[in-house]
Amino acid sequence: MIWVNQIIQGVMLGGYYALIACGLSFMFGVMRIINLAHGDLAILAGYLVWAVVDRSGMSPFLALGIVLPLMGALGWLMQRFMLERSLRSGMLVPLLTTFGLAIVIQNLLFLQFGADTRSLAPAIGDLAFDSWSVGGNIYIGHLAGLTLLVAVLMLGGLQLLLGRTPLGRSIRAVAEDPDTAELIGINARSVYAAAAAIAVMTVAVGGAFLGMRATFGPYAGPAQLIFAFEAVVIGGLGSMWGTLAGGIVLGVAQNVGAQIAPNGFLIAGHAVFLAVLAVRLASGDLRRRLRALLGKPA
Amino acid sequence: MNGRAGLSIQRWTPLSAASVAVLAVLGVALAFGPLFLGANAVDRLTTLFIYIILAAMWNALAGYGGLVSVGQQAFFGIGAYAAIRLSSFGVPVYLALLLGAVFAGLVALALSSFALRLRGGEFAIGMWVIAELFHLLVNLDRLIQGETGTSLIALNSFAPEARRDYNYWLALASMAALLVLMFSLLRGRLGSSVQAIRDSEDAAASLGVRVLAAKRILFVVAGAGCGLAGTLYLATSISFQPATYFGVQWTAYMIFMALVGGLGTFEGPIIGAVVFFVMESVFGASGVWYLVGLGATAVVFALYLPRGLWGTVEERFGVRLLPVGYRVRQGESAADSPR
Repeated sequence: MIWVNQIIQGVMLGGYYALIACGLSFMFGVMRIINLAHGDLAILAGYLVWAVVDRSGMSPFLALGIVLPLMGALGWLMQRFMLERSLRSGMLVPLLTTFGLAIVIQNLLFLQFGADTRSLAPAIGDLAFDSWSVGGNIYIGHLAGLTLLVAVLMLGGLQLLLGRTPLGRSIRAVAEDPDTAELIGINARSVYAAAAAIAVMTVAVGGAFLGMRATFGPYAGPAQLIFAFEAVVIGGLGSMWGTLAGGIVLGVAQNVGAQIAPNGFLIAGHAVFLAVLAVRLASGDLRRRLRALLGKPA
Repeated sequence: MNGRAGLSIQRWTPLSAASVAVLAVLGVALAFGPLFLGANAVDRLTTLFIYIILAAMWNALAGYGGLVSVGQQAFFGIGAYAAIRLSSFGVPVYLALLLGAVFAGLVALALSSFALRLRGGEFAIGMWVIAELFHLLVNLDRLIQGETGTSLIALNSFAPEARRDYNYWLALASMAALLVLMFSLLRGRLGSSVQAIRDSEDAAASLGVRVLAAKRILFVVAGAGCGLAGTLYLATSISFQPATYFGVQWTAYMIFMALVGGLGTFEGPIIGAVVFFVMESVFGASGVWYLVGLGATAVVFALYLPRGLWGTVEERFGVRLLPVGYRVRQGESAADSPR
């Protein structure tokens, strides 16, 4: 029974990973931009929500409504002034700039808010600890359920945006080939700036939920980046539903690992991530060999 | 070789031959450093040598091989850990430091078949995950006592003054050996291969460049080099705390030094390491603001001076002090081969 519980809690934890990975899946998987400041942007949003709640006493959900446009504007600015050059010059420039940006954000947060960890949990009342009983001494937290629901809604929304809207088609076209996209009348710069704004807004939602479910400090960003990245890669680049699955695989692996050994939580997560990559490389090889054997062109 | 139309390939210029000679003299002079330098200067220079190693290794990977790793701290930490482990088995301590670096190189070799097949961002962050995993696994060793860490106690058998000098010489010799090795590798066939791969992997493969083999050499040398930097750092600080050695800040420093000095130039990372070293000495005491400054400087360089300090000088004046490339000359006008 304890295993069943660990797996169920792992799925719920995976909901959080999927949520924090939304923006990364969109930027890295679809736009092909690597953003090493992803986790730090989430933490920044967490602090902003916390600061609004602290000053005004309003609900974190309302405060998130105030923070969202700010983070969207930040994403737009980031794309325009830092990431845009990457459209044609490869991944080195965005990797270096976002890595520098991450260090700046972390240390500015430290200067502004100090080393104390913060949490939004006190501001959401019963939601922080209420749970549903699903029988057999297994409980699912209301907040965890809400997190999973929001992750599904956001990933679904992004998938719809990409597949069904003119903006989504433009984003995919620019990702494929910015020059050709511009030939057919797409303004690659503004399309990508809009896409980055959307992506960073989803990061802000992730940061707010991190603040509600746990505590965070100024240097908590890199760990979130790694979890988000693992969820995106396990699920497969470019697929929003894949990211949901990837987050759940990661959460379950971590919880099962923790059940096996006290420090197995992180080890199991990283190990499953690397194993998925290795299997994917090996199966790619196998497919190529089979094709060669059957004499079909690759 | 004298080709058609009076073209000739030039690999050395009088200036570059002179600068190699100056560096050789400087290296020999530095070897006598402990005889006339104060204790603090010897310690600081040892740190500078470690920084130069780190910068040169990251530059070799990213600037020449196109392999942007955010996980080089894996080798830094693994080298130091292996030295502690070997020393605990009774291996003489300075030998353990060297073998720690060899071990880091072996780990890089073992990882290479997997890691080098990851692309771009997957490689960059995949290496970071590998470093995190190594950190967690090293914590499992009882000798290390988790995040509490341990010390390389065997070093205490040397008097502090003698140890300071030995560390200095070891760091200087390691730096010189790694720079000479990298220089000869990059001037040779490997240099042309990896730069062809960096610029277009498919095109390079179609020309018969053995892509994986060429990358592997760089990856293993850089792994061993970062491992050596880790063991040297261990020799100077004696204490080993996993979170310090496996921290991503090491890669941040490497990126900063290579980027500011000039990615893809041989001289750049050496200059970048000196800049970083000076910045740390001057502003390090201001703590968090110093880190904000480092991050902001990296952003500014990546956006507005992507060739770094030395790359910009090279571009403007056409100087090569330590040429790893080829220069095609025709009469008076000299044009650099694309690097």
